[in-house]
Amino acid sequence: MDITEIERDSMEFDVVIVGAGPAGLAAACRLMQLAKEHHQELTVCLVEKGSEVGAHILSGAVIESRAIEELFPNWQELGAPLNVPVQRDELYLLRNETAAVKIPNAFIPATMHNEGNYIVSLGNVCRWLAEQAEGLGVEVFPGFPASQLLLNEDGSVAGIITGDMGIGIDGEPKDSFTPGMELRAKYTIFAEGCRGHLGKQLYSQFQLDADADAQHYGIGIKELWDIDPSKHQEGLVIHGSGWPLGGGTSGGFFLYHSENNQAVVGLIIDLNYSNPYVSPFDEFQRMKHHPLIADYLQGGKRVAYGARAITKGGFNALPKMHFPGGLLVGCNAGTLNFAKIKGTHTAMKSGMLAAEEIFAALQAGDTGGKDLSGYDARFQNSWVYTELQASRNFGPALHKFGSLIGGAFNFIDQNIFRGKLPVTLRDDHPDYAQLRPASEFAPIQYPKPDGKLSFDKLSSVFLSNTNHDEDQPSHLRLKDPTIPIGKNLPLYAEPAQRYCPAGVYEVLGEGAEARFQINAQNCVHCKTCDIKDPAQNITWVTPEGGGGPNYPNM
Amino acid sequence: MKILVAVKRVIDYSVKVRVKADNSNVDLTNVKMSLNPFCEIAVEEALRLREAGKATEIVVVSMGVKAAQDQIRTALAMGADRGIFIETGDAELNSLSVAKLLAKVVQDEQPGLILLGKQAIDSDNNQTGQMLAALCGYPQATFASKIVVEGDTATVTREIDGGLQTLKLSLPAVVTTDLRLNEPRYVKLPDIMKAKKKPLAVTTPAELGVPVANTITLVRVDAPAERSAGIKVESVDALIDALKNKAKVI
Ligand SMILES: Cc1cc2nc3c(=O)[nH]c(=O)nc-3n(C[C@H](O)[C@H](O)[C@H](O)COP(=O)(O)OP(=O)(O)OC[C@H]3O[C@@H](n4cnc5c(N)ncnc54)[C@H](O)[C@@H]3O)c2cc1C
Ligand code: SF4
Repeated sequence: MDITEIERDSMEFDVVIVGAGPAGLAAACRLMQLAKEHHQELTVCLVEKGSEVGAHILSGAVIESRAIEELFPNWQELGAPLNVPVQRDELYLLRNETAAVKIPNAFIPATMHNEGNYIVSLGNVCRWLAEQAEGLGVEVFPGFPASQLLLNEDGSVAGIITGDMGIGIDGEPKDSFTPGMELRAKYTIFAEGCRGHLGKQLYSQFQLDADADAQHYGIGIKELWDIDPSKHQEGLVIHGSGWPLGGGTSGGFFLYHSENNQAVVGLIIDLNYSNPYVSPFDEFQRMKHHPLIADYLQGGKRVAYGARAITKGGFNALPKMHFPGGLLVGCNAGTLNFAKIKGTHTAMKSGMLAAEEIFAALQAGDTGGKDLSGYDARFQNSWVYTELQASRNFGPALHKFGSLIGGAFNFIDQNIFRGKLPVTLRDDHPDYAQLRPASEFAPIQYPKPDGKLSFDKLSSVFLSNTNHDEDQPSHLRLKDPTIPIGKNLPLYAEPAQRYCPAGVYEVLGEGAEARFQINAQNCVHCKTCDIKDPAQNITWVTPEGGGGPNYPNM
Repeated sequence: MKILVAVKRVIDYSVKVRVKADNSNVDLTNVKMSLNPFCEIAVEEALRLREAGKATEIVVVSMGVKAAQDQIRTALAMGADRGIFIETGDAELNSLSVAKLLAKVVQDEQPGLILLGKQAIDSDNNQTGQMLAALCGYPQATFASKIVVEGDTATVTREIDGGLQTLKLSLPAVVTTDLRLNEPRYVKLPDIMKAKKKPLAVTTPAELGVPVANTITLVRVDAPAERSAGIKVESVDALIDALKNKAKVI
């Protein structure tokens, strides 16, 4: 049977939303609020690939409550899980594996101050938002990935098709085969987060990034720990950069003391690094041995592990966010403010603006499929735009001048000129093109994990609770299957073995025997391979619904 | 014929179980919960019997914390007709209490067949079905890998050590399901929407008039001992030495 020809059931909604992250959920809630205010019937359906809302959410997170306050002025009464106000903010430069310099408060860029912010589990915030959305009448469907775009004959977006279930590893339908459904909508909101798989298709279909700078990304690796209660300081926020990164690899770490004697520790590494021997996973593992971090973790127990890419190109890389039949919101478009390392409040606001734009159109009798260019004006008149514009130089400055001089630039730009310096720095090299041949570097010898503070990849992936039915086609597609061994291996020592934080890619055997193995079951849906492969040969597609990590409060 | 299926909310099978720091229980905070896989198989079997014209109505029953209604909704989305939820709160319910509550539901509903999972993957007790059969005075067949209903009998193939055993039971009867009985279907999106509108009656042990005395106390839970890190030996002599003196196995 040819599964592309399959007869599919179809359902119609006013609005379909892809992705139950902060952006998609905020859009869903706002749509329903507006419908209620105007006594209008509205059908809104939200699909999420994770087995439950929050299962695929991994963030820091210290968040600004601004968007939540706008969306639900009575958020406290409604029990929003923003339980830990930031008490203290510390910023460090790690000089080497033992020394650290604390940056005096006066020198911290204004955007990095966190008074009034909250330490949260973004997964739990999303679970709460999903409850509000369902309460307002949104149909929320976790376990249903949007796997394909559905287009009208005129090329406009008509909705999405959910993933087929029950296809064997050989590509043939099994007894349990259940075809995906067409979810048709007047307007579809794409809120897939960083490097959305349909978002990527929309970029090329509608040339959304034609006038934007190249997008930039980072990979964030994070662990959740139960720490010794005597060391726990609820509300303490620590950021820093420096060791173990260096030699053209940049990034920063975070350590937040959240509630219930838990702490989160993470490292975000910019994906424009050039040394193919860099292993973000191993950098993170050895970083935890720095006394500044180790002191807090010692005697504690690791609870969860995960990783997720982050869209950090900011203002200069913002694409066109509207196209016939739909809107692109949140990190799927790249609304994160990298000067603050915060994307939650901006993602939510971009979703709320999308809801307002679509609702206004529907109320005026629009039957769908139009290019809602009015979204631009809403976006440009909002605080998200002002905020992103003010931070436009932050990332490029670090890329251009390195963290020391770039940091000084950012301090002057952000604290003295409040982001209004009349220059715009640009950084137009895509991350994947920055990789240099392996022959220019010596392999990096990472220390062996000690099993207490640092761990190997497999035992880490175990703690992401990731799971994919083994009898399904790989959801990591190679455009040309000969590239990993034929090109990437000789040229770059096949970096996928190292940048993938879940050990999905392995090169087995040597010389003429070498072969490339993809352990797709281990994938934690971080999207790094789709971003960093130097040949842009790997395409991440949605696996069978419910597959992927099952993050707790990440 | 009416089929009653009992289902349980348990920690999801893909989640790595964690023990609370004080060893008092398994830590369920922020953990994904699901329908017990054996219960899912029981629901699937009921659906197949109905599709084969052997049953007319499927009633799903569960108990526990309010959130356990989610698992009834899952069963309704798979295709069951209506649900009964017995709210028992946070209190740990032992198998006997569960069986007593189910026996009361059986008495009220008078099903021709009662299907349960052979065990729940959280506590692995494997006794509720057996207790229920005894309380109702019904015949039972556990670990079913095949069920054939013909008139007022059910022929059940059981998975036993090293082989299979086939029993013929007169209905009403209690049957518990094993892994190989069937492969549950995927839930379809419109059916999830429909399930939200299917009837779900909520009751309590008090309303049912069933006292649930807790006669078993959970004393302690321990995680399996962690495997200590391996060592690499350089030579056969070093290996023999390590086996003799470190591992003390030879
Ligand atoms: C390590 C790390 C630390 C961070 N720290 C902070 C912080 O301290 N403060 C802060 O404000 N922000 C922080 N961020 C950024 C923040 O997490 C993001 O900006 C925010 O989550 C973006 O929201 P979103 O809704 O656009 O996307 P996401 O949160 O990524 O949500 C997208 C959702 O869509 C689902 N999805 C994707 N594709 C599909 C599909 N095809 N079909 C169905 N579902 C799909 C995903 O499973 C996911 O649930 C951090 C990010 C990382 C990685
Ligand atoms: S396979 Fe790709 S998306 Fe999956 S974990 Fe590895 S790098 Fe991330």
